[in-house]
Amino acid sequence: MNLVSIAYKSMKQRWLPSFLTCLSVALGVALMVAVLVLNNVVTTMFQQTGSGYDLVVGPQGSATQLILSTIYRIDSPIENLPWRYYQEWLEDPRVEHAIPFNLGDTTQVGDFPIVGTTPQYFLVEYADGKKFRVGTDEFGLRGTWDAVIGSEVARKNGWKKGSKFKMIHGGQDDHVHDEEFTVQGVLEPTGTPNDKTAFVHIDGFFQMSDHSQPIRDAIRFQANFFKESEEEVIERYKDSIDEILKNEADPHHHAHGPIPDIQKEVTSILLVLKGNNLQRSNRAFIIQGELREGRRSQAVNPVLVMARLVKDLVGNIRLAFLYLTGLIIVVSGIGIFVSIYNSMSDRKREIAVMRALGARRTTVFSLILLESALICLLGGLAGLLLGHAMVYFAAPIIEARSGLLIDPLAFTLVEFIVIPILVAMASLVGFLPGLTAYRSDVAEGLQS
Amino acid sequence: MSLELVDVRKSYREPGGALLPVLNVPHFKVNEGEQVALIGQSGGGKTTLLNVISGITRPDSGKVIVGGVNVTELPEPARDRFRAERIGIIFQTFHLLPAFTAIENVMLGMAFSGKQSRSYAEELIELVGLKSRMNHKPGQLSVGEQQRVSVARALASRPRLMLADEPTASVDLANQDNILMLLREACREKNVSLLLVTHSKDVSSQFERIEKLSEFNQIEVHA
Repeated sequence: MNLVSIAYKSMKQRWLPSFLTCLSVALGVALMVAVLVLNNVVTTMFQQTGSGYDLVVGPQGSATQLILSTIYRIDSPIENLPWRYYQEWLEDPRVEHAIPFNLGDTTQVGDFPIVGTTPQYFLVEYADGKKFRVGTDEFGLRGTWDAVIGSEVARKNGWKKGSKFKMIHGGQDDHVHDEEFTVQGVLEPTGTPNDKTAFVHIDGFFQMSDHSQPIRDAIRFQANFFKESEEEVIERYKDSIDEILKNEADPHHHAHGPIPDIQKEVTSILLVLKGNNLQRSNRAFIIQGELREGRRSQAVNPVLVMARLVKDLVGNIRLAFLYLTGLIIVVSGIGIFVSIYNSMSDRKREIAVMRALGARRTTVFSLILLESALICLLGGLAGLLLGHAMVYFAAPIIEARSGLLIDPLAFTLVEFIVIPILVAMASLVGFLPGLTAYRSDVAEGLQS
Repeated sequence: MSLELVDVRKSYREPGGALLPVLNVPHFKVNEGEQVALIGQSGGGKTTLLNVISGITRPDSGKVIVGGVNVTELPEPARDRFRAERIGIIFQTFHLLPAFTAIENVMLGMAFSGKQSRSYAEELIELVGLKSRMNHKPGQLSVGEQQRVSVARALASRPRLMLADEPTASVDLANQDNILMLLREACREKNVSLLLVTHSKDVSSQFERIEKLSEFNQIEVHA
């Protein structure tokens, strides 16, 4: 019979207070585990999203806004870029893929963001090593009025292949566009904002009312952007401009069909560069420098921007949660102290008997510390199990909703130091009751 | 193992600050293997005497020599160790731990001496006739059975001196003789000196040597 078994039996004797204090520690630890796992999920979600692109090119302005609007679709786009600028990137020898992005509108049902883009968007990796997959055989977006929708859009709106939808214009008037898009594919969950996005063919996006620039504004915009005279712009697009002006003069003409390039604009451009990882990083760095000098647009590394945002924003929330759970565990510690300290008067005789049988003062002191440590240890281990069990049961739900794969057995570094911290706390809270046992008078205890 | 007390004095401080003398024993001796019944009135210092002998309480002055070792000179941890290894104690109210089974209570008796042996604990449980009830907790045992467990616990550390504080006071007459016989036989068999405190003449009359505390404790008795 060793001290651990004696302490364990003492705990069993007072099973209700021992169980309740164990439970409070377990709940504190379980909460901490859940917070840590969820924090990892959120951090991973933020950091992996957009990691498939080397650069996001957009108008001058806030880099964070550019990433939040283009990759996360939770902010409005900064401004527009001319289509000709996108074409320049297509021809840049350093660029493997240049994907145009148009944002601003939302679905009439469900208010999901709309992205006007090209089929190429679905062919590149949206995150390192991750490609889009659809439930149907093909990606759609072949015809002008084709759409591909994210898993969450399909789930919430009940849409499937063949469903038709309209969209609300993202300008100041918020009118519903007359044109309808047809769903040609539903993306499998990705755990990224793509799940909550409806993608439409960029040609259809341009052909919708108010989605192409009036010709005079377009000429002025291009002249300003490329630092050219308006005459130079007109000369470059002479045929298109003549046709547009002729159509404008005809009162019976209704603008349908492809939009001339001069009237097209994009809100941002996703770039995947050529070469291996190192070459891509170098090229991205050089391009960023070039654009900073040119001052007409900016190129942003989405991963770096989000890493900063996660650190500044999510990091603080995580810290707040950790403080909160730490506080819960401290309160549990106080509970253990109260429980053990209150039991000391009942245990006076028990301690005296052990002392009479030859137990030293340090032995009964250790026994009380051990009991406190056992409660913390059992509570801590139960908390770890409970926390991961919670994650285990929540994982399929989170995966179904967000596409994020969660490993319930993935331990974080903090979890490994929880147990030593708990044991240290147990020593602290067990110290005073232990001292009471240490100082107890044997003869008096035997009389009690 | 012999026991000898020389000029042992012990007083307690009363709430008013005055000293209350409890023990003043010029000389008292129990020889090795001897069995002595010590009778005395309530409040006569019987329990204090046993506590002083066992090293639980330190006397104000004098020597307590157990097996040639002056217990009073030992520092407290050494006294604890000495008690764990050499002295067995039986209490009037048994003092069994309720969370432990009978066998575990017996094993607790050897837990602090460093001589743990479950087979020996089982042997002792069998000796006191409780083999079939060794896994019962004290609450599931009769009063007589509880005292028999406490006898087994006191023998568990293979002591050389047994101190019994009114071991039969809480049991009925039928069990009184059984327990006394059990205790005396066990001590005789293992050559353990026995000092048994009692106020019962029925109990003391069974001993060859009977000592009255009032005769060698030279203080005024506060009954």
